[in-house]
Amino acid sequence: MSDLHTSPSGESHGSVSSYIIGFVLAVILTAVAFGVVVSHSLSPSGTLTAIAVLAFVQVLVHLHYFLHMGNGSEQRWNNMCFFFTVGFVVILLIGTMFIMNNTALHMMSR
Amino acid sequence: MAHDTTVQTAGHDEHHHESPVVFGFWVYLMTDCIIFGSLFAVFAVLRNQFNGGPSGHELFELSGLGLETALLLVSSITYGFGMIAAHKNEISKVIMWLGVTFLLGLGFVGLELNEFAHMIHEGAGPDRSAFLSAFFTLVSTHGLHVTCGLIWIVTLIVQMMGTTEIPERMMNKLTCLSLFWHFLDIVWICVFTYVYLASMI
Repeated sequence: MSDLHTSPSGESHGSVSSYIIGFVLAVILTAVAFGVVVSHSLSPSGTLTAIAVLAFVQVLVHLHYFLHMGNGSEQRWNNMCFFFTVGFVVILLIGTMFIMNNTALHMMSR
Repeated sequence: MAHDTTVQTAGHDEHHHESPVVFGFWVYLMTDCIIFGSLFAVFAVLRNQFNGGPSGHELFELSGLGLETALLLVSSITYGFGMIAAHKNEISKVIMWLGVTFLLGLGFVGLELNEFAHMIHEGAGPDRSAFLSAFFTLVSTHGLHVTCGLIWIVTLIVQMMGTTEIPERMMNKLTCLSLFWHFLDIVWICVFTYVYLASMI
């Protein structure tokens, strides 16, 4: 995942072209996500997977082109905080959904 | 994926030393990320608890959602242009781009409030079902953040008016707001995907 944050230009605060590239990518990804839902061309679970993948890619695009995350030594602590937080949130989300689903099954509330 | 990542930063950023203020703000954003993570977890648990009330499929409108998303996305790039102007020390351009960003953000908040008022009027307020409680908590927390961002933009515009150059202190404030604004856009990506689009399938 960290490979995608590599900045080919090396600009730490972005340029007009990098903002425009990021913006165009974001617009395409958003439009495709809306299009997949509107067109009903995939099965419900296929649609859900597709928009989840598109959202993940778009978050990476925003992190790279708009928040200028990179691998520079300057950013080491930023990245460390970021990956700790992402790990924390993943545990929070998966743990909550697993435990609450399991509880609901045993209490037959659904 | 090639691992040619370590060589690129040696030369260019000796002039750009990140301020501890910006790092501190980054840490704040990470805690904010945990708040939104918790609210998304709540929504994920309660998303099918309708209690006989309306579901997301019946409530959400794709056209309004598309417009809100477009406004926020365009406001991201206009703020980016403002930051580029700030690095070139062109204050009038910075104020112009911040003004455009403010109007786009204001449009977003207006649309969202309109949507909320419409839902509450139809009897689908936050007190109707667990699904709607979770929905209003998550989406309005994001809206509240955007509103704070708008107040922040106005504050910085007022502070920059009449000055001729951007001191480092102001640059730090602009950089923090830039992180905040783009971070809110990332949260919105998750909101429109997992809250709105996933309910409309």
